[in-house]
Amino acid sequence: MKKTHNIFVFCTILLLIIPQFSFTPIVKSVKGQLQINFKHVVENELLKLDSAYYKNELGQSFKISKFKYYLGEIHLKSVQGKDYYSKSYFLVNEDEESSKQITLNQIPNGNYISISFILGVDSIDNCSGAKSGALDPLNAMFWAWNTGYIFLKLEGNSPVSKSPGGMFEYHIGGYKQPSNCIRKIELDLTKNPIIINNKVSFLELKTNLSEILKSPNTIDFSILSSVTDSKNADLIANNYKDMFSVLSVKNENQ
Amino acid sequence: MKINKLYISLTLIGINITFLSFKEDPNKKITLKDITFTNPKGFPKPNYNFDNNKLSVEKFILGKTLFYDNILSKDNSVNCGTCHQQFAAFAHIDHKLSHGIYAKIGTRNVPALQNLIWKDSYMWDGGVNNLEVQPINPIINPIEMDETIENVLIKLKKDSTYVSLFKKAYKDTIINSQRLLKSLAQFTGLLISVNSRYDKYMNKKDTFSISEKNGLKLFKTKCANCHTEPLFTDNSYRNNGIKIDTLLNDSGRGKITGIEKDNQTFKVPSLRNIEITYPYMHDGRYKTLLQVLNHYSDTTNFEKNEDTSLHKIGHLTLVEKTDIIAFLKTLTDRAFLYDKRFSDPFVRYN
Ligand code: HEC
Ligand code: HEC
Repeated sequence: MKKTHNIFVFCTILLLIIPQFSFTPIVKSVKGQLQINFKHVVENELLKLDSAYYKNELGQSFKISKFKYYLGEIHLKSVQGKDYYSKSYFLVNEDEESSKQITLNQIPNGNYISISFILGVDSIDNCSGAKSGALDPLNAMFWAWNTGYIFLKLEGNSPVSKSPGGMFEYHIGGYKQPSNCIRKIELDLTKNPIIINNKVSFLELKTNLSEILKSPNTIDFSILSSVTDSKNADLIANNYKDMFSVLSVKNENQ
Repeated sequence: MKINKLYISLTLIGINITFLSFKEDPNKKITLKDITFTNPKGFPKPNYNFDNNKLSVEKFILGKTLFYDNILSKDNSVNCGTCHQQFAAFAHIDHKLSHGIYAKIGTRNVPALQNLIWKDSYMWDGGVNNLEVQPINPIINPIEMDETIENVLIKLKKDSTYVSLFKKAYKDTIINSQRLLKSLAQFTGLLISVNSRYDKYMNKKDTFSISEKNGLKLFKTKCANCHTEPLFTDNSYRNNGIKIDTLLNDSGRGKITGIEKDNQTFKVPSLRNIEITYPYMHDGRYKTLLQVLNHYSDTTNFEKNEDTSLHKIGHLTLVEKTDIIAFLKTLTDRAFLYDKRFSDPFVRYN
């Protein structure tokens, strides 16, 4: 008897509580949106695949035919201390305009003073089997014989390259030491914070691909025209970690 | 009388029809019990558990059908079972190196497929880190199946049998690479061999001859360091002293890690069903178990850089070799080799 009585009381309390839980948050959960746009450039020029010629630090001319990379684990740091984090991965591909815009939803209201993300794919996701969406092996950013994602692909031609057809190709990946090419990128926004207030904000980032060829390691097309496994991969990874910068922040509510 | 005869022939026809239809769809007999995984007694926890790939009869049947279907190869001539034959514990019996599409010869011996969920990596060099993504390799390899995953998906989407198999397995009409790979892993992951005479002996359900007992004893002191029970591998990479084949020049694990000392090391293979997975080693260089033991028994044979635990083996007498071989043969698991759950659903007997 006592037991059934207890259960009855418990259920009544539950019934009273549940609606409050499920109704109140809905009002509060109208959250903001952030659209991140990537502008791909080679120094000061807008990237144009296959047609435009550019020059590297050594004065060697080159053109680009492919430029793709993975981003994930986006983290927005707020002054109020309530951060936003999303583990999702995005494949940004110069050849696919829509992939250069990333939309994050359900961002809590707040002033965000920095954004960080990884270029690459976290080690767990490199080891845990067949994936779909951005991480589908069909996206041709996957090594099958030595399992792992290719974090960044940069391909093109340079007259000085000694590979057939003057090709160069840098396929950079690897999640294990000694050749771990995952790089964390953190960009400061204190001067121009993202202010989320139930509305949309826009962040424009610049991806300067000439950084991949420049510093700290100068890439000479006539010496290093192909990186497709762990050998030399971290030379390039140490370069690409500096390729992003903030162009602008626009907050709709301002 | 006449009526009786008619009656009998009708019954016979009836029996024949049921019999035939049974043969046509062996999958009908697979039940939930057949695909339920329980960790065998004395085995460690598997590395691949089915937590993120929940086993179901429909997914298993889909995986099995894919495994045996030529549709995965470019010219519809090769399936996984072409190289991985059930009666040879899913190795390729009597083939030194693998034989693929367009009659092309590969560079490595086809390993047995068994107890894969306890492995921590796949292939002789351990280059593949998860069972689910392994099939991409043979499918896209130009000398194995020479296909693309994209094209396999296109073919599957056009095939009404697969449209229905995928729908049964996943309750909607999406056919994608993830589902293809995960269903294959349900089939390959359940290829478990634990019913050999050795297993029965360990569980006190069978007895060994004197020679087999002696062989086991020798094995424990000389071989088990690498071929560790109950899986008969410790999942490590070792150089077991065989000399490099200068034509194939296979650097093994070194190719994956890029580390010098890993060159010419290979994943220690399991020795379960070893009797019928000949020829032996990553390049199939030895035809018989006696040749393998002659190798281990003669240190002058060894490549430099051989694993030092090989020195424990020392010289083996002919009797010792015979005993070890007698023991190795107790690892043959007939129940596994003829298990109907794993057999080719495309085979028609009449
Ligand atoms: C042309 C012959 C051939 C075909 C076809 C083939 N394989 Fe294999 N398989 C091999 C060889 C050879 C190896 C060893 C490869 C290596 O070590 O580089 C192997 C290795 C494997 C392994 C790893 C075993 C281990 O213990 O590491 C699995 C799993 C496997 N194959 C499954 C499949 C599946 C599933 C298919 C069909 C999609 C398939 N194979 C098709 C020849 C083949
Ligand atoms: C140092 C570790 C080590 C020891 C000790 C060792 N093996 Fe091996 N064994 C290996 C490795 C590694 C391979 C695969 C080598 C290759 O293919 O290049 C192998 C391969 C084999 C094979 C062929 C398997 C196949 O599928 O092709 C047999 C059979 C075998 N060993 C039996 C034995 C026996 C019997 C002993 C004891 C007398 C023994 N091994 C001791 C490491 C070892």
